[in-house]
Amino acid sequence: MSKLGIIINGIVKENPTFVLLLGMCPTLGTTSSALNGMSMGLATMAVLICANFVISCVKNLIPDKVHIPCYIVIIAGFVTIVQLLIKAYAPAVDEKLGLFIPLIVVNCIVLGRAESFAAKNGPLDSACDGIGIGIGFTLALTLLGLCRELLGAGTAFNMPVYPEQFGALTFVLAPGAFITLAYLSALFNKFIKK
Amino acid sequence: MEYIILIITAIFVNNIVLAQFLGICPFLGVSKKVDTAGWMGMAVLFVMLIATLVTYPIYYGILVPYNLQFMQTIVYILVIAALVQTVEIILKKSMPALYSALGVFLPLITTNCTILGVAINVINFEYNLAQSTVYATATALGFTLAMVLFAGIREQTAITKTPKGMEGTPIALLTAGLLAMAFMGFSGVDKGLSAALGL
Amino acid sequence: MAKLENSLKNMVLSLTAITVIVGALLGYVASVTDEPIAQAAAAKQQNAIAAVVPVEGAQAGEAQKVVTANGEEAVIFPVTKDGQLVGHAVQAVSKNGFGGKITVMFGFDPEGTILGYNVLDCGGETPGLGAKMPDWFQKGAKGDVIGKNPKTNNLTVSKDEGEVDAITAATISSRAFCDAIAQAFGVLPVVEAAAEAQTSATKQAAGTSESVNEVAGE
Repeated sequence: MSKLGIIINGIVKENPTFVLLLGMCPTLGTTSSALNGMSMGLATMAVLICANFVISCVKNLIPDKVHIPCYIVIIAGFVTIVQLLIKAYAPAVDEKLGLFIPLIVVNCIVLGRAESFAAKNGPLDSACDGIGIGIGFTLALTLLGLCRELLGAGTAFNMPVYPEQFGALTFVLAPGAFITLAYLSALFNKFIKK
Repeated sequence: MEYIILIITAIFVNNIVLAQFLGICPFLGVSKKVDTAGWMGMAVLFVMLIATLVTYPIYYGILVPYNLQFMQTIVYILVIAALVQTVEIILKKSMPALYSALGVFLPLITTNCTILGVAINVINFEYNLAQSTVYATATALGFTLAMVLFAGIREQTAITKTPKGMEGTPIALLTAGLLAMAFMGFSGVDKGLSAALGL
Repeated sequence: MAKLENSLKNMVLSLTAITVIVGALLGYVASVTDEPIAQAAAAKQQNAIAAVVPVEGAQAGEAQKVVTANGEEAVIFPVTKDGQLVGHAVQAVSKNGFGGKITVMFGFDPEGTILGYNVLDCGGETPGLGAKMPDWFQKGAKGDVIGKNPKTNNLTVSKDEGEVDAITAATISSRAFCDAIAQAFGVLPVVEAAAEAQTSATKQAAGTSESVNEVAGE
């Protein structure tokens, strides 16, 4: 498979949110606006690319029986690096995402891709897989955030679209996360998956 | 009194699944039957309590004195993974009955973000050890409650007719949304209660 | 290259090596980001002070930590211009937010009149309701508290017979905001004498049961 093919595969055919149904916690928890969803997606993508690349490089140095703890340590390392960088250079993002940044460690997407892709492929292909899955995840989160923001607060990327009073606040609150994702995945089932 | 409010907040008002979106994977994955969901909840309760009690002294006893707070995530996840393994081995050897009930869920729990989330939260909220214990227990009970309620509804929706596109995940998510909406009815209960108790 | 075999030595070695390497790397990143993180926090505080005491060329003095009536820590920054005191910025906490604590920075002129406020943390408030706090009480907005003085104005929400319009459907958050004003005002050095009166006024307000006759501002 070509590098581009790997990336596109991650965005559409193996879309982590709509097809693989992985990483649901940040998907629901950080998408109260399009920008929040996008920041979460990009943070996860950074971890995915680095972790996939490094794990693929060192996979032969790790005995099989301890591969999961080793992968988790590598992933946790990158998560902490991303967390420290966000705290230092984008404190506003840190406030919005809060607990969900350290929790990227237990995001099943990251460990899942390490197991199913990086452990079997070369470093460059693995990095491409990280990019593809990362973009797929970011797009899904941004889309979900955009829908919730638009329906709930009448804004898109913080720009007013229609007066706020007409928005249904539920969509910004907890139930809206589940409901919006339900309809989006139903639409994805109907038009793209087949 | 303070603890009663803490418990009610953690179970109902700030339910870990329906209001904070942690532990969604087991919530969607292991909720097809009520008794499985209940046992999963019990396993989470067990691990969450031990994990919180173990990570709390590690944070204040080792990480803070040596200024190693940045190692929190790595240390916690390793401790939790090791803990789950140990619990599994001990249960298998000494309590086979309990093991047969909880055993299948234990490996899943390492990557259950509620455990790590609660362990980090008690540090962020600056709880003391007693508050942390109560918070961890109540949060796990809230998780169990959400699991069992959700599984109960899913047992019903499984035998009803669903539009084709909505089958599977979409209808489950929609159900969860309605459940979350019901739980929103609890918001403010903690404030009212603390006012009534004069706190 | 072939995979390393599963001997105990290999397993322990590889796990330890990875943990040590990752730990060292993290230590390095942490030491590099330490300063920017502290700077970001300081910049946020300085910007908040500049925003709540909008006097050009003014300088914030040394921070002073005090404990407010609710047992929380508040920080007072005297703000001066050319050696003249132009006001105080007070960072106060209310425990009564809808989802926990809220932290607000208030600016007072030397007489205790509110010059401005800046919400530093209202993370636990509901989006679209209590989370409107950063804008709702600003000048010209519905719940405008700017230019009012807690000494002469009763700064509690209208449900508590005060003169502040609460955020629609977020009375608890609004009460917490008013509580934060009272906490901040209570520790202002220039009005220490008035502080006592203020505390008793707050107690009174808290003691009044919700008055049904009072129609909220909406």
